[in-house]
Parts: sequence; structure tokens; C-alpha cells
Amino acid sequence: MQITVTVNGERYTRGVEPRLLLVHFLRDDLGLTGTHWGCDTSNCGVCAVWLDGAPVKSCTVLAVMADGHEVRTVEGLAHGAELDPVQQGFVACHGLQCGFCTPGMMMTARWLLDHDPDPSEEDIREAVSGQLCRCTGYENIVRSIRWAAEHGGAARPAEEDAGREEVRT
Amino acid sequence: MTTTGERPVGFGRMTRKEDARFVRGHGTYVDDVRLPGMLYGAVLRSPLAHARIVSVDTSAAEAHPKVRAVITGETLAGLGLAWMPTLSYDTQAVLATDKVRFQGQEVAFVVAEDRYAARDALELIDVEYDPLPPVVDARRALDPGAPVIRDDKEGRTDNHVFDWEAGDRAATDEVFARADVVVGQDMLYPRVHPAPLETCGTVADMDAVTGKLTVWSTTQAPHAHRTLYAMVAGLPEHKIRVISPDIGGGFGNKVGIYPGYVCAVVGSIVTGKPVKWVEDRSENLMSTSFARDYHMPGEMAASRDGRILGVRVKVLADHGAFNSTAQPTKYPAGFFHIFTGSYDIEAAHCEVTGVYTNKAPGGVAYACSFRVTEAVYLVERMVDVLAAELGTDPAELRMRNLLRPEQFPYRNKTGWEYDSGDYPRALRLAMDLAHYEELRREQAERRERGELMGIGVSFFTEAVGAGPRKHMDILGLGMADGAELRVHPTGKAVLRISVQTQGQGHETTFAQIVAEELGIPPEDIDVVHGDTDQTPFGLGTYGSRSTPVSGAAAALVARKVRERARLVASAMLEVSPDDLEWEKGRWFVTGDPDQGRTMAEIALAAHSTLELPEGVEGHLDASCVYNPPNLTFPFGAYICVADVDAGTGQVKVRRFVAVDDCGTRINPMIVEGQVHGGLADGLGMALMQVIAFDEDGNCLGGSFMDYLLPTAVECPSWELGETVTPSPHHPIGAKGVGESATVGSPAAVVNAVVDALRPLGVRHVDMPLTPAAVWRAARGQPFRSDLAIT
Repeated sequence: MQITVTVNGERYTRGVEPRLLLVHFLRDDLGLTGTHWGCDTSNCGVCAVWLDGAPVKSCTVLAVMADGHEVRTVEGLAHGAELDPVQQGFVACHGLQCGFCTPGMMMTARWLLDHDPDPSEEDIREAVSGQLCRCTGYENIVRSIRWAAEHGGAARPAEEDAGREEVRT
Repeated sequence: MTTTGERPVGFGRMTRKEDARFVRGHGTYVDDVRLPGMLYGAVLRSPLAHARIVSVDTSAAEAHPKVRAVITGETLAGLGLAWMPTLSYDTQAVLATDKVRFQGQEVAFVVAEDRYAARDALELIDVEYDPLPPVVDARRALDPGAPVIRDDKEGRTDNHVFDWEAGDRAATDEVFARADVVVGQDMLYPRVHPAPLETCGTVADMDAVTGKLTVWSTTQAPHAHRTLYAMVAGLPEHKIRVISPDIGGGFGNKVGIYPGYVCAVVGSIVTGKPVKWVEDRSENLMSTSFARDYHMPGEMAASRDGRILGVRVKVLADHGAFNSTAQPTKYPAGFFHIFTGSYDIEAAHCEVTGVYTNKAPGGVAYACSFRVTEAVYLVERMVDVLAAELGTDPAELRMRNLLRPEQFPYRNKTGWEYDSGDYPRALRLAMDLAHYEELRREQAERRERGELMGIGVSFFTEAVGAGPRKHMDILGLGMADGAELRVHPTGKAVLRISVQTQGQGHETTFAQIVAEELGIPPEDIDVVHGDTDQTPFGLGTYGSRSTPVSGAAAALVARKVRERARLVASAMLEVSPDDLEWEKGRWFVTGDPDQGRTMAEIALAAHSTLELPEGVEGHLDASCVYNPPNLTFPFGAYICVADVDAGTGQVKVRRFVAVDDCGTRINPMIVEGQVHGGLADGLGMALMQVIAFDEDGNCLGGSFMDYLLPTAVECPSWELGETVTPSPHHPIGAKGVGESATVGSPAAVVNAVVDALRPLGVRHVDMPLTPAAVWRAARGQPFRSDLAIT
């Protein structure tokens, strides 16, 4: 069946099988491989993307359920050439090692900061508790998100970007 | 805070070069590889743990409109590929022909036009099985009359894999006979799985015209894989290219060659198209390399005043259905015989018996440093059991028995030579950071109130950086690693290494090693790895060997380049090379520091028309192979504080202090990250992770719903400390750190929980310390969490 999904602001119309998972639609049909697949059972969260502004695990969403809706993935996190503060925070604080959980973690972090500009460590741990990381022991993920909160990571119209400390990558 | 404004030219904190692609979602993992005309493979797996295969009917699957090929054990047998050698000189079925020997074993392989169709076609394959009784409990594997699992091996009448021993039995018996105190504790290090978030997979592309096979694969050891493909399939090695792109975590899970990889290669040969195979999570947990599964009845002998005299153990090792552990050939139990730990012990003896069971093969994985993990757990639990027996504080008992700095280099009683260490300093620092005495006072107060608070201490000595090639090999391939360094005319460089990052940050760390040696900024040094066509041979990344082995190669090849630069500089400055001195980044004339040339200037001259002295080649490029003279021995002291809910048995790790000494720290930020990750691993193993089986051999840990991993909520904020004792035999004094925390932390967590339960008379609880396990132990009714057998 034919579906139209807006992903990172761009409209895509594709014919898909009704059983196709959103994660496979993004990866295989659209070539957006920044979103990963890890477990099939909604436990690991490496497939987390936004559906209409809220994080979902795209391994347990059918592509057809996204028909007419808006999806945001890690590829849509940066603001042009400039990294989002969450991305900067993950670089600055060594919030990633193998990088496999990172896109999903960052999408959840971005959502958290949009809703709570100054989350406590406990809030952050709770927010990412539906996602697994096997490399970092979570310590630096928590610090990365705090870093983003402290560096203009909260609600962010583009004009506020100026003057933010830049992290070289 | 780990942010850094300044970028070091050499060692120091700096953000990672590889992160730029990862945070943008631009990494390239195996499942991201997409080739024109690519087909998808899927594996049909056995639902039974032990059964004879009566028939395999693939006709319906072959008739599926999107199916291009169905491969069975019979197909492979025709090609001589039904069985493959394991890394321990055993054999493993690629696709089962005679029997299935564990639940999840590979039976058939479908190649189809998309991944969904491939899965559909699996449902169309009809396999008739004749069930056989399985061997699930390793303790029953050698019983007379136990079903013989490996009847594929001629003349085999039992499930015995090997017997191995180390140490001095007679001396140990003598020490035990005269000791004031002997304690014993039977303990299990249950089967766990590394569970990297990226599962295993491969894309195989056989070019029928050139005869070149390109394999993108989730491998920690691309060169070893290439050689094994050449040996197994009879393909010429120069016509095989193994590419290990970005890897989503390895932890030892991605060392071996799995049947799915071989099937994808065969699928590509058969169809003439590239074939991608990526396993799902259940396949990963049920069929790929597990870890541990060591049954360890330990004993420790001591004097009444708390001097540890001897330690011994007779281990039963469950190796699953095929002995496919990845470890140096000489050591069927890995480096388990470092089980004397960090103590000055008079005598030690260990025996290890390996057995086959109807479970997935593997065994050496999960950041275990070739089974140092099991060894450290054993000795650190035994020390606590002894402390309880003697009524001594466990930290004090350790302090009394730790090796002293002046004893290094120290040869232990099973033959290891520890390179360097100041153990008491590390333990004292950990105790200071934890405020140990205060914690004990708090514990006493809480105990008065009936609360269960525990403080667990562990001290570990790691053995990493395998290894000296005369002693250590994998399938005959010596464990030395190469490095190649090319300096371009403008002074930028490319370093090619044999090891493969799975998140450890090699692209940054190795650039920093060269930067330290040559004074070229790390940004100007590209690190190439994970491609056998582009990198020198080496055995890959596992056993924390990248920095100790390949890092040494990187330093030495840079020093070779530096010496070549000296000769060119001497020609440029028209002085003798002996009259030149080095400061980071430039050679200058002794006594006249203004007369000098930077590396960039020298590099350009080396490629120019400058006349060079007789015998001096142009350019600066160099290569080397590093054969380590010994292992390196990182160490550390860990203290865990845990609270146990007496009503539910739930454990909350409140604090965890970790002092690590891994010698020189190239990038402290990355080192700390490695430690954080290992601590979470250890906490997970101690509290929740186990691959259990029921009496029919059904795997009970086959998904993340059942196989629990720690989240951010279970993990405390890790408190780190460090001491630095460089390795005397390593070019830069680095010892490796990737697995230290995984090795050292489980015992600290278990010791803390057992300490919390001491008022209830509990002396030991086997991992994982789930609420149910703790609750039962607190009531004197422990159970085995690895077997659901009544």
C-alpha cells in the first residue's frame, strides 16, 4: 500500500507491505541508516525516533502507522551544519563509544530537554531508562545531556544559537 | 567534567575524532552496507536442544517466488563445508547434517530478495526431528550413560573435552595440611552473554569475474577471519578482503566465525549476488558466543592471624555443544590460572575439566580477558569467605596479603610474571575515596536498626596484551601485530593498524600515540583499520590487547619514522645525525636549538630533490611488527556499597568506587569511559544477567525481555580514582584497560550483597543476585538460577 510520511521535514511517498516496520522503512526504503535496529522487543531503544514530536521505538511501529505523520530521526537533529547541543554534549562528554545506541539516546535527550530545560541527574536517568547502552555505563550519557542543558540545549529557536560554545569534532 | 578546550599534541584528554560521524547518524555498520542487487539471508534454527535429523524438505521454500537459494547441511557437505574448524581445534557444524546439538543451532539458510521474504521462506522448510535426551546440567555431562553429544567424532563415548591443570598440587596439599584455617565455597559463575547492541552479521560479495570475495563483517579480528576463510573454504587469501566497518560493540562476541557468515559467503557464490545476513536478537543470544559457565568449588588455606597460604579449585567448565572458545592454544582454560590474584600466596593448584553440553558453543567472551574474570571472581569471593571465617575486615585482610611494590616483577605460583604494581596504594586510595571507615560505622548503625547494608571490596590483577608469540597463538597464528605509518609530503600522516575498534576510540587514541612520538597533531593523523586490504596483519581486538600490543606497534613504528626523519634532517642541516637532538616535533642541532627542522619540513624534504646521504632512502614511511615480551598486568581496587530490601530481596547499588591502574593513560577521558562501561557490565552480571535453560535444554534467555541488562536507573554514578604504574616493558608504559572493570567489579557487588546479608547467616549467593535469589538466600533456601530444573 502507498504511504506518505514526512521525515525530517521532507515528504516521502512509497509503496510498502502493511507489515513493514517503521525502522526498516527508514533504513531500507529511505536509506536513513542513522536509526538502528537492536532487539525486536522494544527493550533496547536503539531504534528510537520521534513520531509527531514524541519518541517511539520504531521497531514496534508499522510504517503504515506513520502514514500522514511526521517522523524525526537523528539525521534531522542538527541545524544545518551546526550540531544540536545534545549532539555537542555527547561529543564533549564522551557520551558514546560504539555509537550504536547514540542516535536513539540523543532523540530521547532532545525530547527531554524540550520538555524540561533543567533536568536533574535522576530525571535524565529515568528518561533514558527505556534504552540500553552497553559501552558507557550511562555515566557520560547523563553528563552529556546535562552539558546540553547547560549550553543552550533547552527550547531553542535558531537565533539563540549565536555565542554558544562550539565543540570541535 | 571531561570537556576539553585544548587539544593535546600527544597524550591527554581530547574529544574523539570518530564522534563526528556517529552523532550525525553517519556511521557505517554492517547492516548499513547496501550493494546493488543485494540479496538477504536468513537462518533456520533448531527448536530442539538435541535431536537426530530425519529429513529436511526445502521444496516449498524453493518454490517461493522471492527465494533465490536454499542451502542445507547436505548442500554444504557436497562442498566439504558442512563442518568448520573452531578456534580451539574442534569442529563445529555450519549447517547441521546428522544431529542438532543445541536449541538455536543452524539447520538451513535461505537467500531471498528481501529480509521479510527470507524469513517467510524459513517457515516453509519442513524438518523432521527425532528428539534425543539432552545434557543440560554440566555436572551430569560425564555421568556414565549420559547421552553422547559429539558422536560425529569417531570413537567418542563421552562428553569430555579436556583436562588441564596448573600450579603445584603436592606443594598446595602440603600447605593446606598445615594451615590453621581452611575454607571452602562452591560457587558458580553462570553463563552470560555479551549482548552487544549490534547483533552479528555479514555482507558477502563474491565477484565471479575477478574471483575476489569481499566480506563486510561484524568482526573484532578481520585478519584472523580472512586467514580462516582461506583455510576453511580453500579460497586464495589474496582474493579475500574482510572489512570490519563500524562495529556496534563487541565484548568478545565478535571474535569467532559464525555459521551465518559462512552461509552468506556460500549464498553469494551460489547466487552470484551479494548476500546480507544479519541475525536478530534471539539468534544473537541463543547461538553466538556465550561467556563463563564455570562451576568453581574453591578452597583457601590461611594462618589464624590472616596470612593467606594457599588456594585451589577443581573447575567444571561447560563448553556447550562445540568447543569453539577463542583463546591461545596452550591454554584451554584461558588465563584462569592467574587465580592466585593479587596476593603473595605460597602455593596454588587448579584443575579445569571441560565438558560438552547441549548448549550454544563459545565460552571466552564478554570482556573476560581469557577467563581472568572467572579467576578474579573466585579468589575475591574466597578472600571474603576467609575474612568472614576469621572475623577480619575484608579490606584489612586484603591489605595484609597484597603483593608489596618491592616484589615486582613478581612470579606467581602458576607461572605468570606480573610486570609492575603498587597494590596497597590503590586499595588505600579506594578506601579513602569511599570513606571506608565511615561506611563501616554507618553499616553498624543500620544493622542496629535491622537494615541490610553491605560493603564489598575486590582487588584484581588483570593479564592482558596477549601475547608473546612463542607462547600464544590462535589456531597457530602468533599474537603479534603490525603497524604501518606513512608521512605525506606536507607532514600529515596515515597510520594503518591491525586491530579493530568496536567503540574503544582507536581512531583517536592511536593518532595520539603517533602524535606523542612525532609531535604531529592528532588531527593530522588518519588511522586506518578494519580492512584487510589496507592494513597489516594482526590478531585483532579482544583480551584488552589493542593498546598493549598494537599500541606498542604504533609507538615503535613512529620511532622508526622519527629516526628516518633524523637522517633527512641531518642532510638538510648538513650536520651529522649524531649532532641532532629531538624535541617533540623537530630535530635540532645540539647546542644550537635555533638550527632545527620540524617534521613537516623534514617530510617535504624527504619527498623532494634534496640529495640524501649514501644509503638513506627517500620518504619517511615505515612498518613494524610488535611481538610483546610479556603480558601487561593492570590492576585495581573496587568498593561497592549496596542496600538490600529485606522484604523483597531487591539490591540497590548505592555507590561504586573504582581505582584503576592501567599504566600510562593515553587519553584519560577514553580510559574512564572504558571503566564506566565495564563497571556496568559487572553490575549487570552480578545482579541480573544469566542465560538459563530448562530441563529440555530450552534457552530461557533468548530475548531482552528475559535476559536483563542494566539501565541508567540501576547504575549508580561511578566514582573513579587512578594510580599510574607504567609497564616497564611496554614502549609507552601502557597496560590496557578495556576489560579491567568487567573483571574486577562482579566480586565487589557480590561481596557487598553477601556482606549485607551476613546478619542473616548468609555466606555466599551465586550470581545473578536477583530479588528472588537474594530473598531465597536470606531464608536459607538458595537455588541455582542457571537451571530451571526441579
